[in-house]
Amino acid sequence: MIVTTLLPFAIAAFTLALLLNAYRLLRGPGLADRILALDTLYINSLALLILVGIHFRTAVYFEAALVIALLGFVGTVALSKFVVRGDIVE
Amino acid sequence: MQLPLLLDLLLAALLVIGTAFALIGSWGLAKLADFFKRLHGPTKASTLGVGCVLIASMLFFTFAPGANGASLHELLITLFVFLTAPISAHLLVKAALVLDPGARPAPPRQQGRQKSA
Repeated sequence: MIVTTLLPFAIAAFTLALLLNAYRLLRGPGLADRILALDTLYINSLALLILVGIHFRTAVYFEAALVIALLGFVGTVALSKFVVRGDIVE
Repeated sequence: MQLPLLLDLLLAALLVIGTAFALIGSWGLAKLADFFKRLHGPTKASTLGVGCVLIASMLFFTFAPGANGASLHELLITLFVFLTAPISAHLLVKAALVLDPGARPAPPRQQGRQKSA
């Protein structure tokens, strides 16, 4: 199957994307850049988990990806709101 | 286990497109010059990349041998990511404008005649 031979390369490419996001997360320079890097990081790691789920032919990783999607969005909103308002829950 | 050739090709194309979009988006995040340029890469490309990967996963688990029925639960993540990506991008721009008020462009000059009052 073409898909099974292609999957390791896709996983490697997503790992490279995660490394690029980590570079931006560590490098900065601004606070907004770091929040954006975290946002991209969680989206890419979610896709990576889905790919690993296809690779091992199990649906176990799907729940982890769903939780990452939910909590990552909440995290981005909380960080941005903290920057804008100086407080998360007012 | 075997998949039909056409479906195999479709899955491979979806994987390649999704991976390419995600990689280009992350590359743009690492490479571009300032924050407002960097925001373009991930918000558009990564969402489409994740969308393609999720559609590929959905097709794979629906048509793989031993599957029982359609596998639609990936739609949850797709829908959620597509709904939340613009919201988080909007909040990020607001945060960036608070951190650096000088980045806000000047309002456009008023066109035409001044209103006589």
